[in-house]
Amino acid sequence: MSTDVAIAGVGMHPWGKWGHSFVKYGVAAARTALADAGIPWADVELVVGGETVRNGYGGYVAGSTFAQALGWNGARVATSYAACATGAQALDTARSRILAGQCDVALVVGADTTPKGFLAPNAGERWDDPDWLRFRLMGMTNPGYFALYARRRMDLFGATQEDFAQVKVKNARHGLSNPNARYRKEVSAQDVLNSAIVSDPLHLLDICATSDGGAAVVLTSMDYARKHGLGQGGADPVRVRAISTVTPTFPQTVLDMPLFSTESTNVAGTPERTFKESLADAAYEEAGLAPEDVDVAEVYDLSTALELDWIEDLGLCKRGEAEQLLRAGDTTIGGRIPVNPSGGLACFGEAVPAQALAQVCELTWQLRGQAEGRQVDGARVGITANQGLFGHGSSVIVSR
Amino acid sequence: MTTPAIEGWFSTGAEPALLGSSCTECGNIAFPPERDFCKNPVCSGETFEIRELSRRGTVWSYTDAQYQPPPPYVATSDPYVPFALAAVELPEGLVVLGQLATGFGVGDVKVGSAVELVVEAIYTDEVGERTMWKWRPVETTDEEGRA
Repeated sequence: MSTDVAIAGVGMHPWGKWGHSFVKYGVAAARTALADAGIPWADVELVVGGETVRNGYGGYVAGSTFAQALGWNGARVATSYAACATGAQALDTARSRILAGQCDVALVVGADTTPKGFLAPNAGERWDDPDWLRFRLMGMTNPGYFALYARRRMDLFGATQEDFAQVKVKNARHGLSNPNARYRKEVSAQDVLNSAIVSDPLHLLDICATSDGGAAVVLTSMDYARKHGLGQGGADPVRVRAISTVTPTFPQTVLDMPLFSTESTNVAGTPERTFKESLADAAYEEAGLAPEDVDVAEVYDLSTALELDWIEDLGLCKRGEAEQLLRAGDTTIGGRIPVNPSGGLACFGEAVPAQALAQVCELTWQLRGQAEGRQVDGARVGITANQGLFGHGSSVIVSR
Repeated sequence: MTTPAIEGWFSTGAEPALLGSSCTECGNIAFPPERDFCKNPVCSGETFEIRELSRRGTVWSYTDAQYQPPPPYVATSDPYVPFALAAVELPEGLVVLGQLATGFGVGDVKVGSAVELVVEAIYTDEVGERTMWKWRPVETTDEEGRA
Protein backbone atom coordinates (compact mmCIF):
# COMPACT_ATOMS: atom_id res chain seq x y z
CA MET A 1 0.00 0.00 0.00
CA SER A 2 1.30 3.40 -0.92
CA THR A 3 1.83 5.73 2.00
CA ASP A 4 2.07 8.76 -0.27
CA VAL A 5 -0.22 11.76 0.00
CA ALA A 6 -0.51 14.58 -2.52
CA ILE A 7 0.50 18.18 -1.93
CA ALA A 8 -2.47 19.81 -3.61
CA GLY A 9 -1.60 23.39 -2.73
CA VAL A 10 0.91 25.54 -0.91
CA GLY A 11 0.90 29.16 0.17
CA MET A 12 2.75 31.64 2.32
CA HIS A 13 2.35 35.09 3.79
CA PRO A 14 5.66 36.92 3.25
CA TRP A 15 8.05 36.86 6.21
CA GLY A 16 8.86 40.20 7.87
CA LYS A 17 8.17 42.27 10.95
CA TRP A 18 4.67 43.32 10.04
CA GLY A 19 3.29 43.82 13.53
CA HIS A 20 -0.01 42.02 12.90
CA SER A 21 -1.64 39.09 14.66
CA PHE A 22 -0.39 35.66 13.61
CA VAL A 23 -3.98 34.88 12.58
CA LYS A 24 -3.72 37.30 9.69
CA TYR A 25 -0.61 35.57 8.32
CA GLY A 26 -2.11 32.11 8.79
CA VAL A 27 -5.35 32.97 7.03
CA ALA A 28 -3.52 34.64 4.14
CA ALA A 29 -1.29 31.57 3.73
CA ALA A 30 -4.29 29.22 3.98
CA ARG A 31 -6.30 31.10 1.36
CA THR A 32 -3.29 31.17 -0.98
CA ALA A 33 -2.76 27.43 -0.55
CA LEU A 34 -6.44 26.64 -1.11
CA ALA A 35 -6.49 28.80 -4.24
CA ASP A 36 -3.30 27.07 -5.42
CA ALA A 37 -5.03 23.70 -4.93
CA GLY A 38 -8.29 24.87 -6.50
CA ILE A 39 -10.10 23.43 -3.50
CA PRO A 40 -12.82 25.48 -1.77
CA TRP A 41 -12.53 25.97 1.99
CA ALA A 42 -15.89 24.26 2.41
CA ASP A 43 -14.33 20.99 1.19
CA VAL A 44 -11.59 20.93 3.84
CA GLU A 45 -12.30 18.14 6.32
CA LEU A 46 -9.42 18.63 8.76
CA VAL A 47 -7.49 21.71 9.88
CA VAL A 48 -4.21 21.20 11.71
CA GLY A 49 -2.64 24.26 13.31
CA GLY A 50 0.99 24.57 14.30
CA GLU A 51 1.39 26.33 17.64
CA THR A 52 4.17 27.79 19.72
CA VAL A 53 4.54 28.00 23.49
CA ARG A 54 7.19 30.68 23.29
CA ASN A 55 6.49 33.78 25.35
CA GLY A 56 3.93 31.86 27.33
CA TYR A 57 1.19 32.30 24.81
CA GLY A 58 0.53 28.62 24.36
CA GLY A 59 -3.10 28.01 23.49
CA TYR A 60 -3.47 31.22 21.52
CA VAL A 61 -2.32 29.47 18.37
CA ALA A 62 -4.43 26.44 17.56
CA GLY A 63 -6.06 24.68 14.65
CA SER A 64 -9.40 26.09 15.74
CA THR A 65 -8.02 29.64 15.64
CA PHE A 66 -7.53 29.33 11.90
CA ALA A 67 -10.73 27.32 11.38
CA GLN A 68 -12.77 30.03 13.08
CA ALA A 69 -10.99 32.83 11.20
CA LEU A 70 -11.77 31.14 7.89
CA GLY A 71 -15.39 30.70 9.04
CA TRP A 72 -16.59 27.52 10.75
CA ASN A 73 -17.10 24.83 8.13
CA GLY A 74 -17.53 21.86 10.44
CA ALA A 75 -14.04 20.48 9.80
CA ARG A 76 -12.27 18.57 12.52
CA VAL A 77 -9.29 20.30 14.11
CA ALA A 78 -5.97 19.29 15.60
CA THR A 79 -3.13 21.33 17.06
CA SER A 80 0.55 20.44 17.01
CA TYR A 81 3.47 21.59 19.08
CA ALA A 82 6.96 20.35 18.28
CA ALA A 83 9.11 23.51 18.61
CA CYS A 84 10.86 24.15 15.26
CA ALA A 85 9.44 20.89 13.89
CA THR A 86 5.87 21.96 14.63
CA GLY A 87 4.90 22.33 10.97
CA ALA A 88 6.19 18.88 10.07
CA GLN A 89 4.40 17.26 12.98
CA ALA A 90 1.19 19.04 11.94
CA LEU A 91 1.71 17.71 8.42
CA ASP A 92 2.23 14.22 9.83
CA THR A 93 -1.04 14.45 11.76
CA ALA A 94 -2.88 15.43 8.58
CA ARG A 95 -1.21 12.66 6.59
CA SER A 96 -2.14 10.02 9.19
CA ARG A 97 -5.83 10.83 9.00
CA ILE A 98 -5.74 10.80 5.20
CA LEU A 99 -3.87 7.48 5.06
CA ALA A 100 -6.30 6.00 7.58
CA GLY A 101 -9.05 6.80 5.10
CA GLN A 102 -10.72 9.18 7.53
CA CYS A 103 -10.52 12.23 5.29
CA ASP A 104 -9.45 13.27 1.81
CA VAL A 105 -8.59 16.94 2.23
CA ALA A 106 -6.59 18.49 5.06
CA LEU A 107 -5.31 22.02 5.55
CA VAL A 108 -2.15 22.51 7.62
CA VAL A 109 -1.36 26.05 8.82
CA GLY A 110 1.49 27.54 10.83
CA ALA A 111 1.96 31.22 11.64
CA ASP A 112 3.73 33.36 14.19
CA THR A 113 4.39 36.87 15.38
CA THR A 114 7.80 37.17 17.05
CA PRO A 115 9.45 39.57 19.48
CA LYS A 116 12.72 41.39 18.82
CA GLY A 117 16.18 40.26 19.92
CA PHE A 118 17.25 37.13 21.79
CA LEU A 119 14.51 34.60 22.37
CA ALA A 120 14.27 34.78 26.17
CA PRO A 121 12.64 32.20 28.46
CA ASN A 122 9.22 32.55 30.09
CA ALA A 123 8.89 34.97 33.02
CA GLY A 124 8.95 34.04 36.70
CA GLU A 125 11.44 32.10 38.82
CA ARG A 126 11.51 28.58 37.45
CA TRP A 127 14.32 26.65 39.11
CA ASP A 128 13.30 23.32 37.58
CA ASP A 129 13.19 24.60 33.99
CA PRO A 130 16.47 24.14 32.08
CA ASP A 131 15.46 26.88 29.63
CA TRP A 132 15.29 29.35 32.53
CA LEU A 133 18.31 27.98 34.36
CA ARG A 134 20.70 28.20 31.41
CA PHE A 135 20.17 31.96 31.34
CA ARG A 136 20.22 32.41 35.09
CA LEU A 137 23.21 30.22 35.91
CA MET A 138 25.47 30.81 32.91
CA GLY A 139 23.98 33.34 30.52
CA MET A 140 23.75 30.74 27.75
CA THR A 141 21.78 32.12 24.76
CA ASN A 142 20.63 30.33 21.60
CA PRO A 143 23.49 31.83 19.53
CA GLY A 144 25.81 30.42 22.21
CA TYR A 145 24.81 26.90 21.20
CA PHE A 146 25.15 27.68 17.48
CA ALA A 147 28.63 29.03 18.25
CA LEU A 148 29.68 25.82 20.04
CA TYR A 149 28.79 23.79 16.94
CA ALA A 150 30.52 26.30 14.66
CA ARG A 151 33.71 26.30 16.73
CA ARG A 152 33.90 22.51 16.58
CA ARG A 153 33.86 22.69 12.78
CA MET A 154 36.78 25.11 12.93
CA ASP A 155 38.91 23.15 15.37
CA LEU A 156 38.11 19.67 13.99
CA PHE A 157 37.60 20.22 10.25
CA GLY A 158 39.49 23.44 9.50
CA ALA A 159 36.40 25.51 8.74
CA THR A 160 36.95 29.27 8.76
CA GLN A 161 34.80 32.29 9.54
CA GLU A 162 35.15 33.10 5.84
CA ASP A 163 33.45 29.75 5.04
CA PHE A 164 30.56 30.62 7.33
CA ALA A 165 30.31 34.03 5.68
CA GLN A 166 30.16 32.35 2.27
CA VAL A 167 27.07 30.39 3.37
CA LYS A 168 25.38 33.73 4.03
CA VAL A 169 26.59 35.13 0.70
CA LYS A 170 25.13 32.10 -1.12
CA ASN A 171 21.79 32.13 0.70
CA ALA A 172 21.41 35.90 0.33
CA ARG A 173 21.86 35.47 -3.42
CA HIS A 174 19.40 32.55 -3.54
CA GLY A 175 16.71 34.56 -1.81
CA LEU A 176 17.08 37.71 -3.91
CA SER A 177 13.99 37.11 -6.04
CA ASN A 178 11.96 35.09 -3.54
CA PRO A 179 8.78 37.15 -2.98
CA ASN A 180 8.22 35.58 0.45
CA ALA A 181 11.71 36.28 1.80
CA ARG A 182 12.16 39.07 4.35
CA TYR A 183 15.73 39.97 3.36
CA ARG A 184 16.33 40.35 -0.37
CA LYS A 185 19.72 41.97 -0.61
CA GLU A 186 23.17 40.80 -1.70
CA VAL A 187 25.55 40.36 1.22
CA SER A 188 29.33 40.19 0.81
CA ALA A 189 31.63 38.02 2.90
CA GLN A 190 33.17 41.27 4.14
CA ASP A 191 29.75 42.48 5.32
CA VAL A 192 29.44 39.35 7.44
CA LEU A 193 32.98 39.55 8.79
CA ASN A 194 32.56 43.26 9.56
CA SER A 195 29.37 42.70 11.54
CA ALA A 196 29.71 42.44 15.31
CA ILE A 197 30.64 39.12 16.89
CA VAL A 198 27.68 37.90 18.96
CA SER A 199 29.11 34.62 20.22
CA ASP A 200 32.58 33.79 18.99
CA PRO A 201 33.12 32.68 16.20
CA LEU A 202 29.72 33.80 14.89
CA HIS A 203 29.00 37.32 13.66
CA LEU A 204 25.61 39.00 13.74
CA LEU A 205 25.06 38.20 10.05
CA ASP A 206 25.83 34.50 10.65
CA ILE A 207 22.77 34.22 12.90
CA CYS A 208 19.18 34.18 11.71
CA ALA A 209 16.65 36.73 12.85
CA THR A 210 13.15 36.04 14.19
CA SER A 211 10.29 36.95 11.88
CA ASP A 212 6.54 37.11 11.48
CA GLY A 213 5.21 34.81 8.80
CA GLY A 214 2.70 32.18 7.83
CA ALA A 215 2.75 29.06 5.67
CA ALA A 216 0.09 26.54 4.68
CA VAL A 217 -0.08 23.22 2.86
CA VAL A 218 -3.18 21.47 1.50
CA LEU A 219 -2.79 17.68 1.56
CA THR A 220 -5.11 15.25 -0.18
CA SER A 221 -5.27 11.52 -0.67
CA MET A 222 -3.73 10.29 -3.94
CA ASP A 223 -7.20 9.11 -5.00
CA TYR A 224 -8.71 12.54 -4.47
CA ALA A 225 -5.82 14.14 -6.39
CA ARG A 226 -6.34 11.81 -9.34
CA LYS A 227 -10.13 12.21 -9.39
CA HIS A 228 -9.86 15.99 -9.33
CA GLY A 229 -6.97 16.17 -11.81
CA LEU A 230 -4.69 17.93 -9.34
CA GLY A 231 -1.17 18.63 -10.56
CA GLN A 232 0.01 20.83 -13.37
CA GLY A 233 -0.64 20.17 -17.05
CA GLY A 234 -1.55 16.53 -16.51
CA ALA A 235 1.61 15.87 -14.48
CA ASP A 236 1.32 14.08 -11.16
CA PRO A 237 1.17 16.30 -8.10
CA VAL A 238 4.15 16.57 -5.78
CA ARG A 239 3.89 13.80 -3.20
CA VAL A 240 4.94 13.55 0.42
CA ARG A 241 7.15 10.46 0.58
CA ALA A 242 8.31 10.66 4.18
CA ILE A 243 7.81 12.68 7.35
CA SER A 244 10.32 11.82 10.03
CA THR A 245 9.72 13.21 13.50
CA VAL A 246 11.78 10.69 15.48
CA THR A 247 13.05 11.55 18.95
CA PRO A 248 16.69 11.09 20.01
CA THR A 249 18.07 7.69 20.98
CA PHE A 250 19.63 7.37 24.44
CA PRO A 251 22.17 8.58 25.18
CA GLN A 252 21.83 11.98 23.49
CA THR A 253 25.52 12.81 23.16
CA VAL A 254 25.36 16.18 21.39
CA LEU A 255 24.86 19.17 23.69
CA ASP A 256 21.39 20.33 22.85
CA MET A 257 19.62 23.65 23.39
CA PRO A 258 18.44 24.49 26.12
CA LEU A 259 20.33 21.89 28.18
CA PHE A 260 23.72 22.29 29.81
CA SER A 261 24.73 18.66 29.76
CA THR A 262 24.49 15.56 27.61
CA GLU A 263 23.44 12.09 28.63
CA SER A 264 26.29 9.82 29.68
CA THR A 265 27.67 7.03 27.50
CA ASN A 266 28.87 5.13 30.59
CA VAL A 267 26.16 2.45 30.44
CA ALA A 268 24.90 2.33 26.86
CA GLY A 269 27.92 3.54 24.87
CA THR A 270 27.73 5.97 21.95
CA PRO A 271 24.70 5.52 19.69
CA GLU A 272 25.24 4.69 16.02
CA ARG A 273 23.74 8.00 14.90
CA THR A 274 23.40 11.45 16.38
CA PHE A 275 19.87 12.81 16.74
CA LYS A 276 20.14 14.92 13.59
CA GLU A 277 21.55 12.01 11.60
CA SER A 278 18.71 9.79 12.80
CA LEU A 279 16.08 12.33 11.69
CA ALA A 280 17.31 12.09 8.09
CA ASP A 281 17.97 8.37 8.25
CA ALA A 282 14.39 7.66 9.27
CA ALA A 283 13.12 9.86 6.42
CA TYR A 284 15.24 8.07 3.83
CA GLU A 285 14.11 4.70 5.12
CA GLU A 286 10.45 5.68 5.02
CA ALA A 287 10.76 7.04 1.47
CA GLY A 288 12.88 4.16 0.22
CA LEU A 289 15.37 6.71 -1.04
CA ALA A 290 19.03 7.50 -0.36
CA PRO A 291 21.07 10.71 -0.16
CA GLU A 292 22.24 10.16 -3.77
CA ASP A 293 18.61 10.52 -4.92
CA VAL A 294 18.23 14.03 -3.50
CA ASP A 295 18.24 16.97 -5.93
CA VAL A 296 17.59 19.85 -3.53
CA ALA A 297 17.57 20.41 0.25
CA GLU A 298 16.02 22.99 2.56
CA VAL A 299 17.81 22.85 5.91
CA TYR A 300 17.52 24.82 9.14
CA ASP A 301 20.31 27.41 8.96
CA LEU A 302 19.71 29.00 12.36
CA SER A 303 23.34 29.89 11.84
CA THR A 304 25.47 29.76 8.70
CA ALA A 305 27.70 27.08 10.22
CA LEU A 306 24.69 24.93 11.10
CA GLU A 307 23.86 24.61 7.40
CA LEU A 308 27.21 22.84 6.99
CA ASP A 309 26.38 20.44 9.85
CA TRP A 310 23.02 19.61 8.25
CA ILE A 311 24.57 18.84 4.86
CA GLU A 312 26.57 16.11 6.56
CA ASP A 313 23.70 14.96 8.79
CA LEU A 314 21.63 14.42 5.62
CA GLY A 315 24.41 12.29 4.16
CA LEU A 316 24.95 14.66 1.22
CA CYS A 317 28.70 14.38 1.91
CA LYS A 318 30.98 12.77 4.48
CA ARG A 319 31.50 14.28 7.95
CA GLY A 320 33.89 17.21 7.76
CA GLU A 321 33.53 17.74 4.00
CA ALA A 322 30.70 20.28 3.81
CA GLU A 323 33.15 23.18 3.47
CA GLN A 324 34.57 21.52 0.35
CA LEU A 325 31.09 21.34 -1.20
CA LEU A 326 30.48 24.98 -0.31
CA ARG A 327 33.82 26.15 -1.73
CA ALA A 328 33.27 24.16 -4.94
CA GLY A 329 29.86 25.80 -5.43
CA ASP A 330 28.10 22.43 -5.16
CA THR A 331 25.48 23.81 -2.76
CA THR A 332 24.72 26.86 -4.91
CA ILE A 333 21.82 26.80 -7.40
CA GLY A 334 23.35 25.29 -10.54
CA GLY A 335 25.67 23.13 -8.45
CA ARG A 336 25.52 19.41 -7.70
CA ILE A 337 23.20 19.61 -4.67
CA PRO A 338 21.72 23.08 -4.10
CA VAL A 339 20.98 23.80 -0.44
CA ASN A 340 18.43 26.40 0.67
CA PRO A 341 17.41 27.72 -2.77
CA SER A 342 14.68 29.70 -0.96
CA GLY A 343 17.41 31.72 0.74
CA GLY A 344 16.88 29.75 3.94
CA LEU A 345 16.53 31.24 7.39
CA ALA A 346 19.27 33.66 6.38
CA CYS A 347 16.73 35.42 4.14
CA PHE A 348 13.58 34.61 6.11
CA GLY A 349 14.36 34.74 9.81
CA GLU A 350 12.61 32.16 11.92
CA ALA A 351 8.83 32.06 12.39
CA VAL A 352 8.83 28.89 14.46
CA PRO A 353 5.48 27.16 13.85
CA ALA A 354 5.48 28.14 10.17
CA GLN A 355 9.08 27.38 9.27
CA ALA A 356 8.96 23.62 8.67
CA LEU A 357 5.91 24.21 6.44
CA ALA A 358 7.73 26.98 4.59
CA GLN A 359 10.45 24.44 3.76
CA VAL A 360 7.82 22.14 2.23
CA CYS A 361 6.26 25.04 0.30
CA GLU A 362 9.63 25.84 -1.24
CA LEU A 363 10.35 22.25 -2.24
CA THR A 364 6.89 21.98 -3.80
CA TRP A 365 7.55 25.03 -5.96
CA GLN A 366 10.99 23.65 -6.84
CA LEU A 367 9.61 20.27 -7.89
CA ARG A 368 6.84 21.88 -9.92
CA GLY A 369 9.38 24.11 -11.68
CA GLN A 370 7.67 27.24 -10.31
CA ALA A 371 10.54 28.69 -8.24
CA GLU A 372 11.01 31.71 -10.39
CA GLY A 373 14.48 33.23 -10.23
CA ARG A 374 15.79 30.46 -7.98
CA GLN A 375 14.81 27.28 -9.82
CA VAL A 376 16.88 24.12 -9.36
CA ASP A 377 16.67 22.63 -12.85
CA GLY A 378 15.04 19.23 -13.08
CA ALA A 379 14.55 18.78 -9.33
CA ARG A 380 12.51 15.64 -8.65
CA VAL A 381 13.38 14.76 -5.04
CA GLY A 382 13.73 17.23 -2.17
CA ILE A 383 14.46 16.87 1.52
CA THR A 384 13.95 19.20 4.49
CA ALA A 385 15.57 19.11 7.91
CA ASN A 386 15.20 20.97 11.15
CA GLN A 387 15.72 20.58 14.86
CA GLY A 388 14.15 22.41 17.76
CA LEU A 389 14.05 22.32 21.53
CA PHE A 390 13.17 19.35 23.72
CA GLY A 391 14.00 16.47 21.36
CA HIS A 392 11.86 17.77 18.51
CA GLY A 393 13.06 17.63 14.94
CA SER A 394 11.87 16.66 11.49
CA SER A 395 12.86 15.68 8.02
CA VAL A 396 10.36 15.62 5.15
CA ILE A 397 10.99 14.08 1.73
CA VAL A 398 8.88 15.07 -1.26
CA SER A 399 9.11 13.88 -4.85
CA ARG A 400 7.23 13.90 -8.10
CA MET B 1 27.02 34.32 53.43
CA THR B 2 28.21 32.47 50.33
CA THR B 3 25.96 29.75 48.90
CA PRO B 4 25.67 27.91 45.58
CA ALA B 5 23.35 29.58 43.05
CA ILE B 6 21.66 26.20 42.76
CA GLU B 7 21.46 23.70 45.61
CA GLY B 8 22.81 20.16 45.29
CA TRP B 9 24.50 20.42 41.90
CA PHE B 10 28.11 20.95 43.00
CA SER B 11 30.30 20.73 46.07
CA THR B 12 32.22 23.76 47.31
CA GLY B 13 35.16 22.41 49.33
CA ALA B 14 38.86 22.79 48.60
CA GLU B 15 38.43 20.49 45.61
CA PRO B 16 34.96 21.35 44.33
CA ALA B 17 33.17 18.96 41.98
CA LEU B 18 29.88 18.51 40.15
CA LEU B 19 27.40 16.25 41.95
CA GLY B 20 26.06 13.65 39.54
CA SER B 21 23.65 10.81 40.14
CA SER B 22 24.27 7.13 39.62
CA CYS B 23 21.24 4.88 39.09
CA THR B 24 21.24 2.14 41.72
CA GLU B 25 19.83 -0.32 39.17
CA CYS B 26 21.84 0.23 35.99
CA GLY B 27 24.65 2.57 37.03
CA ASN B 28 23.71 5.29 34.52
CA ILE B 29 25.39 8.54 35.47
CA ALA B 30 23.54 11.80 35.03
CA PHE B 31 24.10 15.48 35.57
CA PRO B 32 22.22 17.49 36.78
CA PRO B 33 21.59 14.75 39.36
CA GLU B 34 18.55 12.67 38.48
CA ARG B 35 15.89 12.62 41.18
CA ASP B 36 12.88 10.93 39.59
CA PHE B 37 13.40 8.53 36.70
CA CYS B 38 16.48 6.90 35.20
CA LYS B 39 16.74 8.08 31.57
CA ASN B 40 18.19 4.78 30.36
CA PRO B 41 15.30 3.37 28.27
CA VAL B 42 16.00 -0.22 29.36
CA CYS B 43 15.99 0.69 33.05
CA SER B 44 13.09 1.72 35.26
CA GLY B 45 15.25 2.74 38.22
CA GLU B 46 13.93 5.44 40.53
CA THR B 47 16.64 5.55 43.19
CA PHE B 48 19.99 7.23 42.84
CA GLU B 49 23.24 7.69 44.64
CA ILE B 50 24.85 11.11 44.50
CA ARG B 51 28.54 11.07 43.61
CA GLU B 52 31.17 13.62 42.72
CA LEU B 53 32.11 13.70 39.04
CA SER B 54 35.67 14.13 37.79
CA ARG B 55 36.97 17.64 38.33
CA ARG B 56 38.99 17.53 35.11
CA GLY B 57 37.84 17.13 31.54
CA THR B 58 38.57 18.19 27.98
CA VAL B 59 36.93 20.97 26.02
CA TRP B 60 34.22 19.73 23.59
CA SER B 61 33.69 23.27 22.31
CA TYR B 62 33.70 26.86 23.50
CA THR B 63 32.32 30.33 22.79
CA ASP B 64 31.60 33.63 24.52
CA ALA B 65 28.78 36.11 25.05
CA GLN B 66 29.73 39.46 23.55
CA TYR B 67 26.30 40.93 24.36
CA GLN B 68 24.67 40.87 27.77
CA PRO B 69 22.21 37.94 27.86
CA PRO B 70 18.57 38.77 28.69
CA PRO B 71 17.07 38.12 32.17
CA PRO B 72 16.98 35.90 34.16
CA TYR B 73 20.75 36.30 33.58
CA VAL B 74 22.12 38.55 36.32
CA ALA B 75 24.94 40.81 35.19
CA THR B 76 28.01 40.73 37.43
CA SER B 77 29.25 44.17 36.42
CA ASP B 78 28.10 47.48 34.98
CA PRO B 79 29.10 48.08 32.26
CA TYR B 80 28.75 44.51 31.07
CA VAL B 81 31.95 42.51 30.64
CA PRO B 82 31.75 39.58 28.17
CA PHE B 83 32.43 36.08 29.51
CA ALA B 84 33.42 32.84 27.81
CA LEU B 85 31.76 29.41 28.01
CA ALA B 86 33.01 25.89 27.48
CA ALA B 87 31.27 22.54 27.04
CA VAL B 88 33.51 20.00 28.73
CA GLU B 89 33.72 16.23 28.22
CA LEU B 90 34.19 14.38 31.48
CA PRO B 91 35.68 10.88 31.84
CA GLU B 92 32.21 9.70 32.98
CA GLY B 93 31.09 10.03 29.34
CA LEU B 94 29.05 13.22 29.43
CA VAL B 95 29.51 16.86 28.44
CA VAL B 96 28.77 19.68 30.89
CA LEU B 97 28.54 23.35 30.02
CA GLY B 98 29.87 26.14 32.19
CA GLN B 99 31.44 29.57 31.98
CA LEU B 100 35.21 29.78 31.75
CA ALA B 101 36.80 31.07 34.96
CA THR B 102 37.04 34.85 35.24
CA GLY B 103 39.93 36.23 33.24
CA PHE B 104 39.91 33.47 30.61
CA GLY B 105 38.58 33.86 27.08
CA VAL B 106 38.13 31.88 23.87
CA GLY B 107 41.80 32.42 23.05
CA ASP B 108 42.83 30.32 26.05
CA VAL B 109 41.31 26.99 24.94
CA LYS B 110 40.94 24.71 21.92
CA VAL B 111 38.75 21.66 21.32
CA GLY B 112 40.55 19.03 23.40
CA SER B 113 42.15 21.42 25.92
CA ALA B 114 42.31 20.27 29.53
CA VAL B 115 40.22 22.22 32.06
CA GLU B 116 39.46 21.89 35.74
CA LEU B 117 36.36 22.79 37.76
CA VAL B 118 36.49 25.82 40.05
CA VAL B 119 33.78 27.67 41.98
CA GLU B 120 33.33 31.45 41.69
CA ALA B 121 30.84 34.05 42.92
CA ILE B 122 28.46 35.13 40.13
CA TYR B 123 26.01 37.55 41.78
CA THR B 124 24.63 38.68 45.12
CA ASP B 125 20.97 38.40 46.09
CA GLU B 126 18.95 38.77 49.32
CA VAL B 127 20.63 35.63 50.71
CA GLY B 128 24.14 36.86 49.96
CA GLU B 129 26.85 35.95 47.52
CA ARG B 130 25.91 33.18 45.08
CA THR B 131 28.44 30.82 43.50
CA MET B 132 28.59 28.67 40.37
CA TRP B 133 30.94 26.11 38.89
CA LYS B 134 33.25 27.31 36.14
CA TRP B 135 35.95 25.73 33.98
CA ARG B 136 39.55 26.89 34.36
CA PRO B 137 42.12 26.05 31.68
CA VAL B 138 44.87 23.79 33.01
CA GLU B 139 48.49 24.34 32.01
CA THR B 140 49.68 21.34 30.06
CA THR B 141 53.31 20.73 29.23
CA ASP B 142 52.75 18.13 26.49
CA GLU B 143 50.70 18.10 23.32
CA GLU B 144 47.88 16.19 25.00
CA GLY B 145 45.96 19.28 25.89
CA ARG B 146 46.21 20.77 22.42
CA ALA B 147 44.90 17.80 20.45
